[in-house]
Amino acid sequence: MSILYFFLYLLLVTVIGLLYMGVARKVTAHIQNRYGPPIYQPILDVLKLFGKRHTVTHGVMHSLGPVIAYTGIASTLLFLPLGNHTPLLHFKGDLFVVLYLLVVGPLGMALGAGESSNPNATIAMARALSLMLGYEIIFFMATLPVFYHYHTASIYKVIQAQGVFPHWGAIIFPISFLAALFALQGMMGEKPFEIAIAPHEIASGPMVEYGGKYLGLLQLWHAVGIIVETGLLVDIFFGPQNIIWFFIGTFIVFYVVILVNAVMPRFRIEQAVRFYWGIPLLLAILGILQVYIWR
Amino acid sequence: MKLFNFSQSRSLWMMHFCTGCGAMEMPPTMTSRFDMERFGIIPMATPRQSDLLLITGYLTIKTLKRVVRAYEQMPTPRYVLGFGSCTINGGMYWDSYNVIKKLELYIPVDIYINGCMPRPEAIIDAFLKLREMIAKGEANAWKKYIENYEWYKKNQSEVFDVEKWSIKNEK
Repeated sequence: MSILYFFLYLLLVTVIGLLYMGVARKVTAHIQNRYGPPIYQPILDVLKLFGKRHTVTHGVMHSLGPVIAYTGIASTLLFLPLGNHTPLLHFKGDLFVVLYLLVVGPLGMALGAGESSNPNATIAMARALSLMLGYEIIFFMATLPVFYHYHTASIYKVIQAQGVFPHWGAIIFPISFLAALFALQGMMGEKPFEIAIAPHEIASGPMVEYGGKYLGLLQLWHAVGIIVETGLLVDIFFGPQNIIWFFIGTFIVFYVVILVNAVMPRFRIEQAVRFYWGIPLLLAILGILQVYIWR
Repeated sequence: MKLFNFSQSRSLWMMHFCTGCGAMEMPPTMTSRFDMERFGIIPMATPRQSDLLLITGYLTIKTLKRVVRAYEQMPTPRYVLGFGSCTINGGMYWDSYNVIKKLELYIPVDIYINGCMPRPEAIIDAFLKLREMIAKGEANAWKKYIENYEWYKKNQSEVFDVEKWSIKNEK
C-alpha cells in the first residue's frame, strides 16, 4: 500500500515540478517582453521525448546515468515531508541522508556523461562538482542553527518544533535564511550559477550526448529536483504548513529564484566559488554566531 | 502514436546550426518581436536533442558535410526545413562551383520557404504549416532517408568523401 502511495506522491511532485518549469519559461518570456509558451509546455516536451526513437548508445553507464539521477532524487522524496504531512520514512538525522541523496543526481550524471567521452560533458561535470564545494558548505552551515536550536537533525521533528507564523525558522534566523537562499540559487543551477549547463558555451554540458528518452528522464529529474530543493528550504524555514500552503511556499521561493535567473549573466566557475566563499559564507557564520550568542 | 504526434507538433526543438545568410532572420523570429517560443519552438544546442534542422540559405560543399553528419545524429522523427530560394534551386548562386543547388538530393526536406530572404512572418507561417503536417502524421520525409539510404549516399558521394564524413550504423 505504501509503495502505491509513494508512486502517487512521485507522480504528483513530478507533474507539479513540470508545471513550475513551464511557469519559469512563461515568466522569463514576460520579462523579455515576449508572450511565452503555455505553462503545460514542459509536459508536452517530456511526452515528445519519450516518444522519440533513439538507437544510439555510448555504453551501459551512459544509459544508466539518467536513471541513477532520477532514482536518487525520487528516493529523496521518501524523507521529505510536504509541510506538516508525515513523510514515508523519518528517523534521527534524516537531514544527512537527504543531503547525501541530493548528491546522487549529479554523480549519476557524471558517470553517464563521462562515458560519452564528449569534452563538453567532461568540462561541465568538472564545473558542476566544483560548484558543489561552494553551495553545499553554505547550505549546510545555514541550516545548522535551526537544527541546533531545536536539538534534532530530523526534518520532520524540526517542522513540528516550529510553531505558527511568528515562530518560523525564517523569522528567528533571518541571516541564515538569506544565506540558504544564496545556496539555493546554486543548488538549482540557475543563473548566475548556470555554469554546468551553459548552452551557449559548452552546448548544454552534461546533456550534450543525451537525446530522446534519456533527455526526457533528465527533464523529470530537474522537475522533481525543483520541488525537493525549494521544499527543503520551505520545510526548514517556514514551519508546519498544510500541503497547499507548502506548494504556495515552494512556488514563492522558486519565483524569487527565476526572477534572479532572468536578469543575471553567468559567472565563470572560479568567480562562482569565490563568490560563495565571500558574502554567503560570512552570512552563514553570522547565523551560527547568532544561535551561539542567543542561547 | 496520436499523442506523440500531438506533443511533437507542439514542441519542436530546433537545432542551433544555421548556414548561409538566412540565419540573420532567426534572431528576430526568436526574440520579443515575433517570439517563436509561444509555439513551443526553441533552439537546442546539440543534434541529439533536436527535432528540426533548419537549412537557412545556401549550402557550400564544406558545410554540407557537417550538415549530413549532424542530420544523421538526430533521433528519428526528425524534420528539415529548407529556407530561401538557395535550397530549392541554388538561387543567386545558381552557377557557383562550390554551392549545392538542390538540397533534396542530399537530405530529405519536409517543407520549403521560398524567397530571398523570407521575412520572419513567413518563417512562423512555415512552422505552423509544419506543425499541422506533424499533427496529421504527414511529415514523413525522415522515412525516405532510411528507405533510400543508398541513393542519398550516392548523391552525397558525388560531392564529398562519404566514408570519412558519415557515422556508421546511424540511419
